[in-house]
Amino acid sequence: MTTNRHKSLGLEDNQVLDMYKTMVLARKLDERMWLLNRAGKIPFVISCQGQEGAQVGAAFALNRNIDYVAPYYRDMGVVLVFGMTPRELMLSGFAKAEDPNSGGRQMPGHFGQKKNRILTGSSPVTTQVPHAVGVALAAKMEDKDFVSFVTLGEGSSNQGDFHEGLNFAGVHQLPVITMVENNKYAISVPLEKQLACESVSERAQGYGMPGVTVNGNDPLEVYEAVKVARERATNGNGPTLIEAITDRLTAHSSDDDDRTYRELEEIEAAKKKDTIILFGNYLKKCRVLTDHLEHSIQEEVDTIVNDATDYAENAPFADPESALKHVYEE
Amino acid sequence: MATEKITMPQLGESVTEGTVSSWLVSEGDHVNKYDPIAEVMTDKVNAEVPSSFTGTIQQIVAKEGDTLDVGGLMCYIETEDTEEKDRSDADDIISTKQALNEDSEDLKKKGAMMKMRYSPAVLRLAEEHQIDLKQVSGSGRGGRITRKDIEKLIAKKEAPHVAFDHSLPKQMTDRQKEKASLLINERKGTTERGDVQIPVTGVRKAIAENMIRSKTEIPHAWMTVEVDVTDLVTYRRQIKDEFKRNEGFNLTYFAFFVKAVARSLKEFPQMNSMWGGENIIQKKDINLSIAVAHEQQLYVPVIKHADEKSIKGIAKDINELAMKARTGKLTQDDIQGGTFTVNNTGSFGSISSMGVINYPQAAILQVETIVKRPVIINDMFAARDIVNLSLSLDHRILDGLVCGQFLARVKEILENMNQQTMNVY
Amino acid sequence: MAVISYIEAVTAALREEMQRDESVFILGEDVGKKGGVFRATDGLYEEFGEQRVLDTPLAESAIAGVGIGAAMYGMRPVAEMQFADFIMPAVNQIISEAAKIRYRSNNDWNCPITIRAPYGGGINGALYHSQSVEAIFANQPGLKIVMPSTPYDVKGLLKAAIRDNDPVLFFEHKRAYRLLKEEVPDGHYVIPIGKADVKRNGTDVTVITYGLCVHFALQAAEKLEQEGIDTHILDLRTVYPLDQQAIVEATEKTGKVLLVTEDNKEGSIISEVSAIIAEHCLFELDAPVRRLAGPDVPSMPYAPTMEKYFMVDPDKVERAIRDLAEF
Repeated sequence: MTTNRHKSLGLEDNQVLDMYKTMVLARKLDERMWLLNRAGKIPFVISCQGQEGAQVGAAFALNRNIDYVAPYYRDMGVVLVFGMTPRELMLSGFAKAEDPNSGGRQMPGHFGQKKNRILTGSSPVTTQVPHAVGVALAAKMEDKDFVSFVTLGEGSSNQGDFHEGLNFAGVHQLPVITMVENNKYAISVPLEKQLACESVSERAQGYGMPGVTVNGNDPLEVYEAVKVARERATNGNGPTLIEAITDRLTAHSSDDDDRTYRELEEIEAAKKKDTIILFGNYLKKCRVLTDHLEHSIQEEVDTIVNDATDYAENAPFADPESALKHVYEE
Repeated sequence: MATEKITMPQLGESVTEGTVSSWLVSEGDHVNKYDPIAEVMTDKVNAEVPSSFTGTIQQIVAKEGDTLDVGGLMCYIETEDTEEKDRSDADDIISTKQALNEDSEDLKKKGAMMKMRYSPAVLRLAEEHQIDLKQVSGSGRGGRITRKDIEKLIAKKEAPHVAFDHSLPKQMTDRQKEKASLLINERKGTTERGDVQIPVTGVRKAIAENMIRSKTEIPHAWMTVEVDVTDLVTYRRQIKDEFKRNEGFNLTYFAFFVKAVARSLKEFPQMNSMWGGENIIQKKDINLSIAVAHEQQLYVPVIKHADEKSIKGIAKDINELAMKARTGKLTQDDIQGGTFTVNNTGSFGSISSMGVINYPQAAILQVETIVKRPVIINDMFAARDIVNLSLSLDHRILDGLVCGQFLARVKEILENMNQQTMNVY
Repeated sequence: MAVISYIEAVTAALREEMQRDESVFILGEDVGKKGGVFRATDGLYEEFGEQRVLDTPLAESAIAGVGIGAAMYGMRPVAEMQFADFIMPAVNQIISEAAKIRYRSNNDWNCPITIRAPYGGGINGALYHSQSVEAIFANQPGLKIVMPSTPYDVKGLLKAAIRDNDPVLFFEHKRAYRLLKEEVPDGHYVIPIGKADVKRNGTDVTVITYGLCVHFALQAAEKLEQEGIDTHILDLRTVYPLDQQAIVEATEKTGKVLLVTEDNKEGSIISEVSAIIAEHCLFELDAPVRRLAGPDVPSMPYAPTMEKYFMVDPDKVERAIRDLAEF
């Protein structure tokens, strides 16, 4: 393994360490939410586990001060990089009034935070693709330097909005980066029953844009692909489709039992190439991460997660009548 | 040979008119079916209009530059053979007309029995303006009385009135009604020359029936006390003008009496009861019925929760209820739920009377006229303001003891009403 | 003041708002060079350029969805659906997204998009060029639905829609496009969304309707006036959310209410109007509330005989008013 791949990508040691920390933070927040769910404290969890590398790698390649993101429901890694705090994520888990995503109106995983340019999302999949294209259209019309970044699962790439949105972006050469996080399952239906073609990225050809497939378990590979795509976009060369191959380490959601459709061996194998373990190993080889530092990161993250949990659990719910607010401008 | 018209075609989905930009034929020209005859311009398209017939252009009606509605006449053409005329339009009209006729026949039948069917609006207006609908003729289908019919009557002030009465209890059983009407009939007087016969209808009849029920069913007993209200008279005199200025209505003595009665009832809940046959129902709320006479009608509207109200609140209620009674605006709600009646007989100058209990309440208190009387105080004569309070009680429910205690309490309260003890607000 | 048609009022409103606000832009099929299949965007491509009068791929969900994204960013897109009948692929974007963006983000985001679509029948348009689709959207809080009846209202309401900070569906009657003309002020004026308008004062029968049917009601009222029947006409203008107060007031006016729509009867806008009347006006009613609407068949057939049978027209409105007047 080449040491210091990150240097050649222009990333400093502290930046990759930051990436690693964010991945661990996303993982631990997610794990805590499962515990809270199983303890009956929060009704629902939908996980990022296994996909943190792709999410954090991609988000680090964007400009966190000007770019817009339209994340899908697993993208805790993306929103953490874009400024959403662990407390805010927990508030969303507990559906508390202070949750910036929706004030306790939406299920967790339905991200949105205007101050951090995280577009509000819904449950019908892939509706966010045309939205990101619309933001990119605005960037082009106003001649601005930002790009929009949208993610979705590979199953969702079968939706009409994926096709309609990407074709629109291709025709008008818009600065939008679409990243499909291919975890090989659409709930229980495996990849081969979702896609008639070999890969999602092949579809890019039909939309007149480059399509690349990368190892989503390697944040640096994803980082590189998104960085290149962003440069293309800001140079006026239009959109890019990226397919990041990842693994889903949990069931689809807290309401799903994946043992009914997935072999145990398959999950065990996936866990061996867990993005956090692989990236940790790489950082250790580069001597950016030591056992000692790893331990202190774990401790620091535990403290953050505990604080976020306590804060959110004790936070008030919204007034019941507040359900009537904000249908229209008031 | 026949003369046919060529009209402006609809050239496009939203197009409603077209402009003849140029004629491609002249009068007398021979054209084949589908030969272009004119160029037409619309908002959406420019098109050549073809002839619908083979024949000779007889007369060009629309000039170049003319704008015609779709269907407007462009030219006449003399055709060579008699083509079958398009009859669909005519058929259409005929069938529509038939449908129309059938509909209206049908509706007439349906409407035949509408005279006695009143709409909610008509019923409401009739009630609000005390209109006897039986005497109104309707202009609607089947003689139905329409809202507009009533509105016209009201505008002309010609409505045939009926006295609606909400004030008297309506729970009379058939047996009671039968008995009541029997009694009325039995006591019939005979008419002699010069006598005036006044028909007993509406409210008068209802009053009669209720009085009979009360008097025949309830074993009445009576009790009267004398109350010295000199202080109250002085107090009221001091504040009544200012009160009127501030509040806009009169501060009557009656309000003070009602207040005293309400407070005493709170202390003697037995008085605030009703006869329930198997049991006596002691009412929680203190709702005081007050008798209000207006012309030939007697209403008994209710001051709700009188015990919770200030003198001012009571005076306001009295004022409003009396006003409503006089203008016929009392609602069902205004006259329901009374638990005890206070009757202002003093307003007629009466100094002693025996009230008939307002069925099914347990008692009624007559407040008589306040009169100046010499009274001996500390062995000396003094001129005092004295009023008699006469109580009629249902002896099934109440006895002399509790009534005596109740009246003594009312008396005590009234005799101590003065500037120091009583705030009208 | 000039006399302009209903569709020219659309164009005028678009032009004025685009001149006034740089963030206003148009996107849709054939809206650019061609100026729209009905010519609603005639001349705008020449005046404002390709960027602001954008010909999109033929894909309605993208037209709506891209517009929604741009609106969330802060633009004021005016998306055109070529026919209201073709809005169906965009329903997910309109109902799941546009309608809920403000609510689901707890007022953090909003979506100031206007979606225009020509609707309505009586133009030989058959099943898929004749429909009224408003009822599909009329129980989606978060949306506003405007359906103007006159050129004057078109201009004032379309400008209001574009300036509104929430999503507005703006349905234009395609038969009215060139049929209706009136004097419309040249300059800026805005008509508030959510307010119904009394188009005629009367004392015998109240007609509550919207869109082209207002015109039919006015024609019928004119004829009935000669028979001494005095018709009150309320134009809803905004069919969602409804102007309940105006509906109650119009009902109180006569106590006899005829509701008219050219949509299918069951579950239509006027069904809701009827419910409002039932809830609030029982003691004002002097006759049963009547509904005149299209029959409950999927859509308007092509053949002129069947189309005429389906479509509301002035004669049908006249008969229905007379029937109520005589009740």
